[in-house]
Amino acid sequence: MSGALSSALPASAAPSARAGRPGVSRRVLPGFHLTLGFSLFYLCLIVLIPLSALVFKTSALSWEQFWAAVTAPRVMASYRLTFGASLIAALVNLVFGLLVAWVLVRYKFPGKRIVDALVDLPFALPTAVAGISLTALLAGNGWVGQYLEPMGIKLAFTPAGVVIALIFIGLPFVVRTVQPVLEDTEKELEEAATSLGATRLQTFTKVILPSIMPALLTGFAMAFARAIGEYGSVIFIAGNMPMISEITPLIIIGKLEQYDFAGATAVALVMLVISFAMLLVINALQAWQRRRGASA
Amino acid sequence: MSNSRTIRRAKAGTTESAWVRFTLIGLALAFMFLFLVLPLAAVATEALRKGAGAYLEALKEPDAWSAIRLTLITAAIAVPMNLVFGVAAAWAIAKFEFRGKALLTTLVDLPFAVSPVVAGLIYVLVFGAQGWFGPWLAAHDIKIIFAVPGIVLATIFVTFPFIARELIPLMQAQGTDEEQAAIVLGATGWQTFRRVTLPNIKWGLLYGVILCNARAMGEFGAVSVVSGHIRGQTNTMPLHVEVLYNEYQSVAAFAVASLLAILALVTLVIKSVIEWRHEREMKALADLPPERPVAS
Repeated sequence: MSGALSSALPASAAPSARAGRPGVSRRVLPGFHLTLGFSLFYLCLIVLIPLSALVFKTSALSWEQFWAAVTAPRVMASYRLTFGASLIAALVNLVFGLLVAWVLVRYKFPGKRIVDALVDLPFALPTAVAGISLTALLAGNGWVGQYLEPMGIKLAFTPAGVVIALIFIGLPFVVRTVQPVLEDTEKELEEAATSLGATRLQTFTKVILPSIMPALLTGFAMAFARAIGEYGSVIFIAGNMPMISEITPLIIIGKLEQYDFAGATAVALVMLVISFAMLLVINALQAWQRRRGASA
Repeated sequence: MSNSRTIRRAKAGTTESAWVRFTLIGLALAFMFLFLVLPLAAVATEALRKGAGAYLEALKEPDAWSAIRLTLITAAIAVPMNLVFGVAAAWAIAKFEFRGKALLTTLVDLPFAVSPVVAGLIYVLVFGAQGWFGPWLAAHDIKIIFAVPGIVLATIFVTFPFIARELIPLMQAQGTDEEQAAIVLGATGWQTFRRVTLPNIKWGLLYGVILCNARAMGEFGAVSVVSGHIRGQTNTMPLHVEVLYNEYQSVAAFAVASLLAILALVTLVIKSVIEWRHEREMKALADLPPERPVAS
């Protein structure tokens, strides 16, 4: 795992090395050893040592036991739901996040500041609150559910409900990564495209979209990563039926409640490895975005 | 950057026809309404379903009070801890060059990538009955898991990056010139930080603190794993919401949830005010006559 981490190092190290000024004497300011020492100590205590416990505890299992725990049919079904629902939710957020960012940056309309502030609601609202209120809305007697249910559309307590909760959770990511980039795009390029005879749609797909692509993908990856680990908002709306609407974090909780620590640890390690991988993907995307910004 | 004349000239070739604009604004607002406004409205309606009396009654309940108290205590410990770490880490990372800086920056972000359930589990593996220090803690009659210390630790973990990642880019952008000048003029390190650095980062700091606080008070998944759900003792507000909801005490659950929703809205208001102030300050700086910095 540490090998995978250090392999990503050059990608993210490149831009910061360029930004630094090697000529400036570096130890004029005091407090380097104190602050770095404290930061490393705190990081080890809170994050690294507890996380390493997960790796050590899993290594107590034999390979066969580990493999059996992480590939049991019920666990496999939870991976399918977690990744499938997260992917769909992140794709919906990709489209609507771009739309919201575009509308907020390019157009004027009454109440725009309130809408802009409201985008961050999923960051600020506790996930349990989001979970119960979305469930109340989509249940058969809820504001939205009462109209959908007669049409045969059931969202609460189904995998579709999981997707709805994950859309809510991931909503701000794409908007907030695309918004600043869209604000910085140069209108001169669009003017040039228009005066060269491009239609508005062509200008969007050939000029604007490529320039915001790194930000768009970063936001997508962040929304996806957040959705994979999400627990609070999902468990209320999912119905949590084994094999059908049970997400992977809930599998871990279930195993813990049955005192199956080894099983819980094994599944948690799989999730941790995926989290690491997503973190590296996001870092690489951000490095790409910075390079794009530097060369423009 | 571009003055109003350029904008007006550019507009002709760089915007969409009116009906496209209205459709896009309408779509974006409809999406925001369905996913953000409706859930908020649902919390308020469900909480007041049986009138204001039942609402207040639910909040006066002793278990609700102890949940509120525990949530406040947890945030009061977790936020200052992460504040000290955030400032120290940002000072080391932004003001100095050292090997492994990019890796450290990535590790600071790590808790964001880890699923809350895994975050809770790792503390169970370290301090729980089956964990590394479990037997020792039991022998000395110290309870961490299924007790308040575990809740605080899990909360610190999930809110770990908030303040640091707000400050690092801000302090990197500001460079070290002002601090170096202060040191050269004879200020001590602490004076330099308080009189030079702190005024420069105060808005970013406040921004990080309120986001950190919102998450600390609202965290569900990680806290749920380590809490043990002992009513009146180890239930935070989000956990209390879950207990009430699962007992079909809908009004009481939404009453407690409404407090968390109010917290979220207050967070959004403070956050927006900070952003607007910052915007105004930036504008005021940009509006300064260009010769002024040179003349001094």
